[in-house]
This record gives sequence, C-alpha cells and structure tokens, in this order.
Amino acid sequence: MAEQEVTLMKGNEAIARAAVRCGVDGYFGYPITPQSEVIETLALDKPWETTGMVVVQAESEVASINMVYGAAGAGKRAFTSSSSPGIALMQEGISYMAGAEIPGVVVNVQRGGPGLGTIQPSQSDYFQATRGGGNGDYNVIVLAPASVQEMADFVDLSFNLAFKYRNPVMILSDGVIGQMMERVVLPPYRPRRTEEEIRRECPWATMGRTKDRRPNIMTSLELKSEVMEVHNLHLQEKYRKIRETEVRYDTWQCDDADYVIVAFGSAARLAQKAIDMARDCGIKAGLFRPITLWPFPTEQIAAVAQGRKGILVVEINAGQMVEDVRLAVNGSTPVGHFGRLGGIVPEPDEIVDALRKMEN
Amino acid sequence: MNAEFNGIISPENLVYKKPELMNEVPMHYCPGCSHGVVHKLIGEVIEEMEMEEKTVGVSPVGCAVFAYRYLDIDWQEAAHGRAPAVATGIKRLWPDRLVFTYQGDGDLACIGTAETIHALNRGENIVIIFINNAIYGMTGGQMAPTTLLGQKTATCPYGRDAELHGYPIKITEIAAQLEGTCYVTRQSVESVASIRSAKRAIRKAFEASMAGKGSSLVEIVSTCSSGWKLSPVKANEWMKNNMFPFYPKGDLKDKTSE
Repeated sequence: MAEQEVTLMKGNEAIARAAVRCGVDGYFGYPITPQSEVIETLALDKPWETTGMVVVQAESEVASINMVYGAAGAGKRAFTSSSSPGIALMQEGISYMAGAEIPGVVVNVQRGGPGLGTIQPSQSDYFQATRGGGNGDYNVIVLAPASVQEMADFVDLSFNLAFKYRNPVMILSDGVIGQMMERVVLPPYRPRRTEEEIRRECPWATMGRTKDRRPNIMTSLELKSEVMEVHNLHLQEKYRKIRETEVRYDTWQCDDADYVIVAFGSAARLAQKAIDMARDCGIKAGLFRPITLWPFPTEQIAAVAQGRKGILVVEINAGQMVEDVRLAVNGSTPVGHFGRLGGIVPEPDEIVDALRKMEN
Repeated sequence: MNAEFNGIISPENLVYKKPELMNEVPMHYCPGCSHGVVHKLIGEVIEEMEMEEKTVGVSPVGCAVFAYRYLDIDWQEAAHGRAPAVATGIKRLWPDRLVFTYQGDGDLACIGTAETIHALNRGENIVIIFINNAIYGMTGGQMAPTTLLGQKTATCPYGRDAELHGYPIKITEIAAQLEGTCYVTRQSVESVASIRSAKRAIRKAFEASMAGKGSSLVEIVSTCSSGWKLSPVKANEWMKNNMFPFYPKGDLKDKTSE
C-alpha cells in the first residue's frame, strides 16, 4: 500500500487516484465532459472501503461546491471537479469560501465557451480563474498542470496551499491534459488525518464546540462596513503574502533564446514542440511556463523579457494571459499573442509561423 | 434587580430558565416573531441530548442569517438556499455529529429547492428546520413561494394571484413523498401546547438523524408581524385563520420507529 505506483493513465484518472493516495477526505461532483473520469474513477475504486474517503455525486455543481464548503469548513480535505460551464456555476460558492476563508480545492478541466460552448479543450477560463471569478475582492490560488504527472502532483500541493492559507485553490487544467494518457508516478498512500490532527491543525474548524473554546463560525457576512473593511484588508494582506511566497514557474531553453514563448498548461506542451521546430529553422526560441497563474510570475517574466527580440504568448483562447504578460514586460520588449478558439488546439507549426511573423 | 423580587428568585422556586446555549445578546428579531422561540427549543433539545460539543448548525440567508449569534455552538453560514448541501458536506465527513440546517421559506422552498429536495431524497442524516412565514422578512416583505393566494406583499401588492404569481408551494408535502425522509412534520409555536409539540418534533428529528434513519424536515408555520403589518397578537390570529387551513399541522410521515 505504501509504495508509489508507476502507470499509464488519463489526467482525470490521475487526479482521482492521487487524491485517494494523498489522504483526501471527500469528493463532491457532478458529471460534465471532459472531466467525468474524475468521479467515474472514484466510483470504480470505492475509496470509502479503503481509506474512508467519501464520494458523493451531487445534484449540481452549485451543490457540489457547497458540499465542499461544508466539509472543508469542518476541517476536512475536500474537493470538487468540473469543466467550464460547471465552474461558472460554482463561482458563488468559491466567493463564499474565499470570504469565509475555507480551504477547498476545485479542479477545472476547461472546455471551449462561451455558454454551453464545446466539449473540446480550451484555456478561455483564465480571466475567471485568476481574477477571482465571483463577487468581491478576492483571489484563489491557481495551479496550471502541463502533464498527467502534474495532475497527480498538484492534488497534494493544492491541499497544502489551501490549508496553509485557508484559501480556495484551483487546478486549472484543460481537456487535453484531462483526456490524454501519459506515464505517471502516483504518490504512496498516506492516511487521512485523524480527529486529533484536525483539531490541532485547524483550530478554526466547525467540528463541534468543545468547552475550552468559543464557537467557530464559518461566515462571509458582516453588516458593519468598517468591520468588513478590516476583514478585506486581512484578506489582501494574505494575498500579498501568497504573491510573495508561492510563485511557481518553469523555463526551458531560455538561455540563448531571442524569443521567449510564455504559455501554460497544454499550450506549453505544444510550445515545446514548436520551439524544437523553430530551432531547426534557425529561430532561437525558449519557453517560460507559469505554473501558478495566480500568483502570477510578474517579476520573473519582466526579468526573462530583458534583451529578447520578442515575447510570444501562446494560449488556447483569444488573448487573456497576454494582458498579465504585457503588464509584466511593461513595454521593454514587444509582446505578441497567438491563440486558437472554440476548442481548436493549435498545431506547433502555427506557433512557428507566429514566431516568424514576430521576426519580420 | 428590584429588591422585592430577591426573595422570590431562588433555586427552589425555579420552574423555568433559558437554555445555557442561548447567548446573552439581544436578538435582532421583531416583537412577535417565531424565530426566537424556535431557537430556544433547538438549544433546549441539544442540551437535553448532551450534544453541545458535537453539534454543527447551518444558518441560511434570510432573517435567521445571524442564528449563529444566538446559540453557543459551531455554525456555518451558507449561501442563499445552499444550507442542505453544506450540511451534507459536514455530516458525510463527520457522521457522529448532529448536523441541522435552519432555513426560511425563500431560502428552502425557492432558491434552494434543488438542494433541499436532493439532500432529503439522498436520505442525508441531517435535520432541516423550516420556518414558513409566507413572506420574505429580511428584504422587507416581498412574496415568498409559500405566500397564500390573495395575501398582499411588496411584490404582489394587490394580493397573490395564481395567474400572475403561481400557487403557494407545499414543500413539506413533497418532502414526505421522498424515500430518503424518515420524519416530516408541520408544527407551530403560537401557544404553550404547540411549543411543547414543536419541541418534541425537533427532539424526534434530531434523534432520528443520530440513529442514521435518514432526513427529517420540521416545518414551523410562523408569524411575521412586521412583514404582515399586523400586531403580534393579530399576527397569531391571522396565522391560525389563514395559514393553518392551507398548511395543516401534524406529522406527514413518521418512520422513526421502524
């Protein structure tokens, strides 16, 4: 049981199996393409018979996120997953979690929009994910996996960040990473936390008021605006600490690059192939891959942009992260964008063409 | 304290006291409102069951949004209508805890209808306390899903008209039909007898949830003197004359002894 396991599986399956192994307490979800394998895998594996993990198919995404609110507010490691239209429905609950400082995890296996859109992959929920998404001044920590391995690895990382900061964390994946099969090393099994451990680590949790403390109350409500401002300032201070501490990114072949592609998730994988092809044609390109989309690696991108001929932002959307890259680069280097829309995944040679255009 | 009462208030003369779980804070409820009585009953039942340290309440959006200020237990404040989903998350992961929601008619029977019906239908071992006063109290007296035909509110100022507004919903009757519910009852708190009956109902529901028998719904037909624009006494009369005929009191389903 304690062994790590090397296997071939889909990103969605990796999320589910890593969660069971990381000692996650509960999953609450509603089927939607292209992420249904998360709940299907859990239903098949029956973790309630082994680790005791609870799996509930909810009546809607609205209910799913509120079940996570309840479970996580009571100190448990709980998560949900969905795809873009379902994540839109969850924004109310995510905002309430941010306000009440509840540490849940949400997985978005994005598909094309707007509206019911398509079932093919997309990265067009970047704005929604990185700007909060619901009402009020808040941020969720956003991690962007670029491989099935990272789908597995980011589960535990997400819970650690969520509980460290008492804040919702989103894994912003897409239909490519969710559906493709790759070699993955699953983590060894770790037991779920005991009641004593939860009491110690989560003194704020609503698990029954013991005589030695005041009641714990999970709420985002405060009618006195002067008190609400203090709460908001506390949240902003927390977000500042997260920005200072939790920025994650990766670079590849940037040292001698004239052009740096900035891309996250599956677009970064496509960019790697395009960079190989570009170098074969004599264009020296490299990759900067933000792993945390919020907090965004602003300073690191500003630094990597110095002395380059151009920055090309490749996204499977109409141009969303490019705004953050432009803010980071702040005019020091030309910034271009290439994206495909509506669920079309760009071909690497299209990206090479976009690089060529920057050269001219 | 007036000196003449000093000889009267002594332990041997004590016949009534408020539950320890009731916090020493002024309630924001209007005079004549049923909420305060129901809060007290919940506090009494939790104490009698000795579940003070194992209870988690879920408060709604509506007049009872601040229920968490009045009972000295752990609480979660849910988004409008989502309390049964929040309670599901808590109870599924802490099955030995007593988990209840406290919701009004707009929260439970309108915006949260899906969460209510599906939590009950899954047979979650939770209790839903449902305050039905046929009006939106907190937002200032607008039409509720349970507003009676002909009843005037801020959004049906000429009286609820079925053609314009649809019919009042009997969500408790719907709940009684669901396989997941073990106890569904309709109570009120306008008299000593009905307060005692409501308390017995809450106790039965709480015990059934701890015995893992499924979901319970305890509806309390309630007054809203401010929303109805009646004095507390007249509000009680109006409730008896108008609400009880449409929302008849009594158990709709009781499988707790099975």
